[in-house]
Formats: sequence, structure tokens, C-alpha cells
Amino acid sequence: MDTMAAIKQTFFQECEEQLAELENGLLAIERQEGDLETINAVFRAVHSIKGGAGAFGLDDLVRFAHTFETTLDLMRSSELEITPALVKLMLRAADGLADLVRFSRDGADLDRARIAQLNGELSRAASGEAAVPTIEAAAPAAPAIADEPAADENGFTPIRFSLDDLLGGPAFSADETSANAPLTVRFKPKPELYAKANDAVVLLREIRRLGEAKISCDTSEIPLITELDPEGAYLSWAVELDPAIEEASVREIFEFVVFDCDLDIGIAPEPVSATILTLPEPAAPAVEAAFAPAPIPQADTATVIPLAPDREMTPTETLIKAGQAQQPAAAGQQTTIRVDLDRVDRLIDLVGELVINQSMLAQRVTEAGIARLSEVAVGLDDLEHLTREIQDSVMAIRAQPVRPIFQRMSRVVREVADMTGKSVRLVTEGEGCEVDKTVIERLADPLTHMIRNAIDHGLEKPEDRVAAGKPEQGIVRMTAAHRSGRVIIEVSDDGAGINRARVREIAVKKGLIEANAQLSDSEIDDLIFHPGFSTASSISDVSGRGVGMDVVKRSIQALGGRISITSRPGRGTVFTLSLPLTLAVLDGMVVTVSGQTLVVPLTAIVETLQPKKQDVHGLGDTSRVIAIRGSFVPLIDIGRELGYRDEEADPLNSVAIMVESENRSQSALLVDGIIGQQQVVIKSLETNYGHVFGVAAATILGDGRVAVILDVDAVVAGSRADTGRSDISNRKRNAA
Amino acid sequence: MMHVSEKDVSANSELIAFRLGGQEFCVDIMSVRDIRGWTQTTPLPHSPEYVKGVINLRGSVLPVIDLAARLGFRATEPTARHVIIVTQVNNQSVGLLVEAVSDILTINAGAIQPTPDVASDLARMFMRGVLAIEGRMISLISLDCVLPQNSESAGTVH
Amino acid sequence: MKKVILTVDDSRTIREMLRTALADAGMDVLQAEDGVHGLEVLQSAMPDVIVTDINMPRMDGFGFIEAVRSNDQYRAIPILVLTTESMDEKKDRARRAGATGWIVKPFDPVKLVSAINRVAA
Repeated sequence: MDTMAAIKQTFFQECEEQLAELENGLLAIERQEGDLETINAVFRAVHSIKGGAGAFGLDDLVRFAHTFETTLDLMRSSELEITPALVKLMLRAADGLADLVRFSRDGADLDRARIAQLNGELSRAASGEAAVPTIEAAAPAAPAIADEPAADENGFTPIRFSLDDLLGGPAFSADETSANAPLTVRFKPKPELYAKANDAVVLLREIRRLGEAKISCDTSEIPLITELDPEGAYLSWAVELDPAIEEASVREIFEFVVFDCDLDIGIAPEPVSATILTLPEPAAPAVEAAFAPAPIPQADTATVIPLAPDREMTPTETLIKAGQAQQPAAAGQQTTIRVDLDRVDRLIDLVGELVINQSMLAQRVTEAGIARLSEVAVGLDDLEHLTREIQDSVMAIRAQPVRPIFQRMSRVVREVADMTGKSVRLVTEGEGCEVDKTVIERLADPLTHMIRNAIDHGLEKPEDRVAAGKPEQGIVRMTAAHRSGRVIIEVSDDGAGINRARVREIAVKKGLIEANAQLSDSEIDDLIFHPGFSTASSISDVSGRGVGMDVVKRSIQALGGRISITSRPGRGTVFTLSLPLTLAVLDGMVVTVSGQTLVVPLTAIVETLQPKKQDVHGLGDTSRVIAIRGSFVPLIDIGRELGYRDEEADPLNSVAIMVESENRSQSALLVDGIIGQQQVVIKSLETNYGHVFGVAAATILGDGRVAVILDVDAVVAGSRADTGRSDISNRKRNAA
Repeated sequence: MMHVSEKDVSANSELIAFRLGGQEFCVDIMSVRDIRGWTQTTPLPHSPEYVKGVINLRGSVLPVIDLAARLGFRATEPTARHVIIVTQVNNQSVGLLVEAVSDILTINAGAIQPTPDVASDLARMFMRGVLAIEGRMISLISLDCVLPQNSESAGTVH
Repeated sequence: MKKVILTVDDSRTIREMLRTALADAGMDVLQAEDGVHGLEVLQSAMPDVIVTDINMPRMDGFGFIEAVRSNDQYRAIPILVLTTESMDEKKDRARRAGATGWIVKPFDPVKLVSAINRVAA
């Protein structure tokens, strides 16, 4: 990656941080918890994005950020009154800015009309209510992008002027002067020039770099030593330049000092009456000493640097500064480092291998008949402890707080609340709770849908809430917590709860249950996870109402998680997600089939049982079913399904593992025996080989052998296809 | 990169030679990562016969190909004498099950001759050329085609 | 001798761009995240030139410049401010605070280096 691309990546990472800062700040202001520093931070976030965007020529982003910043600046200077409506607009603008950033980064979808509209609203907010009316403010249709500089924090609206006008402008343009007459510069610094650490010698040196220059110094104003002010400026220079040198480049050299010196650049040659002194390069020590910047007046002898800015502070500002003084060292210390994800993953791999090696070693020691209390065995125990600790620590490197994803949800809440006309407050807890990076990334979609559902279906309309004696504003609560090695995320609302009569009605209408089926409350609640229950079929279907909770459930299961629901009429609904802390390991049931060892993911398993003769029935020529509590469940012979053997397994000498798959239907997987439950490290089969039907991944067991992890959904679907002769079975046959 | 393309086999390449079904073959030493003794593999469901399964190679999952079966000879009945040559093909590691390594050869590019026309299609698919060394004929194996292609192994992605 | 430049900017992106441009021109670069951090860095380093942003948390560019200018040890260090667009009012205020010169963002690496040469002895 070249340097610019790397910096650009840094820029986009930083943008995400700034966007989070922006949103948090605005939300704090909305809750009336903001102070001046909050507004400053919000302003800086937008300003910073604009600055970086400019460097990469992201013009759309720069323009929008500029308009945004202009309005924020007016808020900052109290020229715009901070009203709830204005903060709402700012929050929407923050969302728009986030969209633009993501569009600039990876070409994500961008609603340009919305950006243009926001731009217009921001401009109107800035101009319509500006305390100091400007010309743009008077114009009825403010330009979409404000090009003029806005009022600064002191309330001054800057007037644009051109330096060319001040310095003579086109009348003295290089074209006219460069003909043959030499360009002359008369330059007399004022004390201020030195006070700002500018240096006449440096400027003259830069002039000499342009080409041949005859420099003379006028020392006639130097007073007697007794009258000499060490901070004074007494020297002036006249320079005669090669006619080939362009005036513009000379002016550029004096750009920083034009206000702090008498400067005359032109072609009028005046006789220079002072001593001619050709500036040597490098400057001779004597000259340098003479031109050395004089000390600044009001010399402060204190060795401690005062942190005092001279502008007056408002009381709030003073308070903020005082508060900040307590944490001065923080910024100076580097508390985080950035590490390439590949390196972390390599480390995780190696530690996984270490764990296997350690357990292999332990097994060998036991096999060698070494006593449990011998020094070797005790040392081995210590090694095991250390190994587990290293594994936990390494896994923790990939862990990240759920905060960003929680923060993202506040935008979802705003949008859905706007869309549905409901008043909603999002309350979050446990944002610091850490989960594997990938888990966090893949939680965004399911959580979005759960929040949408909570507002759209869970919360009542404001008038209904008031009628029910509830506050008009509904609450959606999102919490995260660690519980016994998993992370539990709850999304709850204080709405009406599941309308069980309605759910039942829909389920009957869609043929999911019999009209007279006896179902418990929780069984009815569970129906909303049924794939046939809702109409939306894809998790990306964000515009659809009645988003499919079955899709949410699938996404959570794919992460090795589970989802459950509890609901109380009139009180609200709680969705509970239980997720693994990492995707690198999986809780599995280790089983044997035809002499092979396999791992079945625990999340898919409902129960295990020993088939009884009277429960197993043949169905057609090849299929078998097993009767469990009155319903018939298809029996899938894993040994045959995976091609390990041709003959049918004897169910009576096997174990049936009840699994729930994709479409919530249950199946019984027939295996030879169960070894036990174990956490296994997931290894990719794709890296060195490719995808294998019926196999989700591989793992390495304690004996160092590779075992495959069963893809339950694929095996169940495959067994159906075998009987149905669909294309899955054909494809599978091609593979074999 | 690790992968050696045909034109890289220039002056003084080193080759590892081994026997399969009574014939001699070789691979470029630059693509060989390791040579290890035979260990029991874990079979993969629905895989072609020449895929013996996978083994644990220092924490990663390594597929093992029965090279004899892949080249159309009789499938190997592996014993403790057999070895697995761990090779790097493109960005994947693949183990090749062969009888013991017989020789390490140093050759120059000129020694490689085109595969004779009489060879079968299967042979031509895996041969990069042949070498004549001290009256022996040794076939240089092209590793690119040894692993099942996506159409075969990954055709059932759901 | 290699010039040592202290860059003070709260944006990692801008700091990186400055570092790249200055290092390419053979200069050594020190970095600080805001004015307070900049002053901390100054306690153990004497840069030839300081390049500072204006909008920063904790201590902004104006405050930082004033702090540097009011300290005997550092007052002679030339300071260039980074400003977005050609905000003349910002430049003016920075000048009043004691800035030696300014660089307009987005900056061109060549102009940046030439601006530094114009102020560095």
C-alpha cells in the first residue's frame, strides 16, 4: 500500500471516530447535558473531517462539511439559538455526513437528494437566524453551499479582501516589470516582525535563492548604544534583483511579514545610499548576530509555560478548563497501539496450537504411567494453567466494546421514530462490554431490525400511550453484559407487548398452526421467529415493515448465538441474545460416526436421546422417521449422508441428536456415540482446500487429529434433497 | 512469491525426485515446504478418491493428495515408509502422498524437454516436461492442477 | 543538519500527511495532539519550526502560540499555523497571537516545505 493510500485509510478510521464524537456530542446537547466544550468538540469533529477530505480532494464531503461547520460555528458563538428543532437538524446532518463519508470510502449508497436537502436546511438555519445579517442571509434562496466564510467565534463576519489590492495588484504585475528593468525591494522590518520569530536574514536568504541579488543594508537608523532598545528594529534593506525573477515569487517570500514591515516591491530604481553589503551564504556570523531576532517585550522569566490564552473566558469555559487540568498527562502517553488483524489472528492460531500440544503432552504423560503427584505432572498442570491464560489474553485482543454498534442504533431510533411518528428515547447500558470484533460487526444488521421492530411494532402510538396512562415518549432499552462466558444483549421496549391473539390469528391464516392448537404464551411468542410468519425475506430489506424475525434468528445462530423473547401484555417485550465472546472457538458436541470423530455445534442441538425400537418407522423405501412426543421427525443417518459408509446404521445401537435447522424444523441426526462436550478452535478448510458439502469448518482435537465440524443446515437440507431429487443432491453427487 | 512459474525454472534448478507406480517424477524444490512421514488423515466427506483427507500441520489444516491416484495410477495403500511432501501451490499448502523421496537433482533449464506426444491427456495435464538424466526419464510435475478445482470441490456451496 | 519540526494537530490524518511530507524533505518530525501536548513535547525538545493546527481540544492553536511566545526559551521558534481555506480572519488572529506564518489546508507538500524554509534559519 502506498503512503497516500495508507493515510487515506487512517483518514477514514479517524472519520468514524469523529462521527461518533459528533453524534455523542449532539445527543448530549439534546439531553441538555452539553456545555461549551461539547459544542467545540462537535465543531472540531466536522472541521477535522473537512480538513482531511480537502487533502484527498473529496469535494462533496468538503462542501457538505463546510455548510455543516458554518451552522455549528454560529451555534458555538451563540448567534444561533440552540433549539430542539435545530439539534434534530444537526443530528440528521450528522447522519448525512456519515453517509457521505461512507460513500467516499467505499461507494456505499448515497441519497444525494437528501444530502442536497440537508445542505439547504443547514444553509437556511445558518442564514435565516444569523445575528449578524449577511448578504447571503438576505437572499431568499440561500446558495446550497455557502462559499463565503462565516462569522467566527467572536461574532465578526470576515470581509474578503485580496492581498493583491493591498500590495499594488496587477499594476505591478511581473509581465510589465520583467522586461528589462531590475526589480527592487525595499524592506524595513518593524519590531513585530521579530516578535513573531520571523527573521530578516532568512527572508533575504530566500530572495537570494531566486537568483542574483544585490543586497544593501541601511544602518543609518541605529541609535547610540545607550538609546538602543533591544526589542527595536533599526535596519532596512534594499535589494536589486535579476530582471528574470518574477515579482510573484518575491511577494510569496514576504507573504508572512507584509503587515510587520514597510515593504515596497517594484521597478522604480532609487539610488541606494547606504553601505553596500553583499549577503554571503551562509550568512556571516557578524551579520547573523546583528539580525538575530530581538527578545520579545514583556519578558516572562518563569520557567513554567503558562497555559493562559488571553481571550476572556465565559464562566462555563473556565469551569471546563479547570476540569481538564486534572488530566494533563493523558494525551502525552500512548495507551493503544494499532496492530494488523492478520498478526492477531496468527497469534490466535499459534495459541490454539499450543493448547492442543499441551493437552497432547498431558495425554502422553498419563499414558507413560507417570504419577499425578510427580514433579512432571505438577509442572504440566502449571503449563496448562498458563496456556489457558495465554489463550484468554490473546482472545481478548480481538475483543472490542459494543459501544460503536450501540451508538449506531441511536440513528436507527431517530429514523424509525421519524418514520412512524412516535416519540422514542433510546437508553443504553453496558456499552463497554467487550465481544469479538467480527461478532460486533455482524451484530449490526440483526440489532437494527430488532430496534426497528421494537419501535414499529412494540411501542404504541403517542395517543394510545397517553390513553393507557403511560408517558407519551416510549423507551427502547439496549443493554449488554457478560454472563458465564457469553455476552448477553437485551433489546426491550415499554410498549404493549406481543398481541398474542393477533399472532395466533396470523399463524392460523398462514397455516403455521392448526386453528384449535393448544399453545402456551411463550409458544405463541416464539411463532414470530417462524420463517412463514413474516413476509420480508431478507435481512437487508430495511425498508420493509414487519421485518422477518426469523432472519434475525438465523443471523444470531450463524454467530453461534441464541435468541429468545419474553413479553408481558401492556408492559413491553424483551429480546435476549446470548452470544459467544469469540468466533475463533465453538461449543461443540464431539461424536463418533463410522470410526470418524465429528463435532456438532451445540447451538443447533435441542436434545439427545437413545432411539427405542417402537419409535423408529420406515417411510417410503429409504427414509425413516422417529416419533418424539407424538410428532414424527426425520431420521438422518450421518454416516451415510457424509459417505462414510453405505449400509444403514442400526438406530438401536446409535444415538439420535435432535437438531433444529434453518426453517425451524427438527431432525434427528443418527450418530454412533457421543464422546462429550468441548470447546473447539475453529480452523478453516477453505484456506488450503475448499468448501466441502456438509462441513462447516475443521478443528484439531486434543490428540492432534483433525476433526470436521458438521454443517447441520446443509446436512438436513441435503437429506431432504436426496429424497426429493433436487439440485442440491445432484450437485452433491457431482462433488463426490 | 513462493510459487514458481515455468519460466523461472532456469539455470541450476533443484528438483526433488520420487517414485510412483514404477515411474520417476519430480517437483521443483522451490515449491516444497516440508517433507514428513505419513500420518493417518481425516477423510473429507464427498471428496474425490485421490483426496486422502486432511492432517494437522502445525495448527493448520492440510489436505493430502494421493499423487499416484491423481495421476491415474492405482491408489496408494500408505504405510510408515510413505512420505508427505508439503508443497505451496499458489497461496495454498497441499500435501502430496508419495513413496519415499529418491533423489535431489540439480539441472539447468535446457535439460527440460517437452512432454512427448504419446502421453495421455491426464499425463499432459500434470506434466510440465520430462528430463533425461543418466538414462532415466523423470517427469516434472506441474503442481497447479493437482488440487481439485473449485468446480469439483466447492461446487456445493449453498 | 536536519531540521526538526514539531507538528501539533488533533487529526491523525493531518499529522500523518505532515510527517510524510516533511520526512520526504529530509526533516525530523515530532508530533503532538493538541496545544497542551505540544507544550509537553517542548519541555524536552527544541524544534526549528512548529507547525500547528488552530482548532484543537484542550488548548487551541491561538492559546498554544501565545504560550510559546510568552516563554523565554521557545519564543524565538518560528510557528506556522494550518488554516482551512484562506480564512483571512483566522490568519490575522493567528498573527496577532504571534504566528510567524501560515499554511492553507489542504496543503501542497512543496509549498509546506518552502514555507518552512522561509521561516527557519
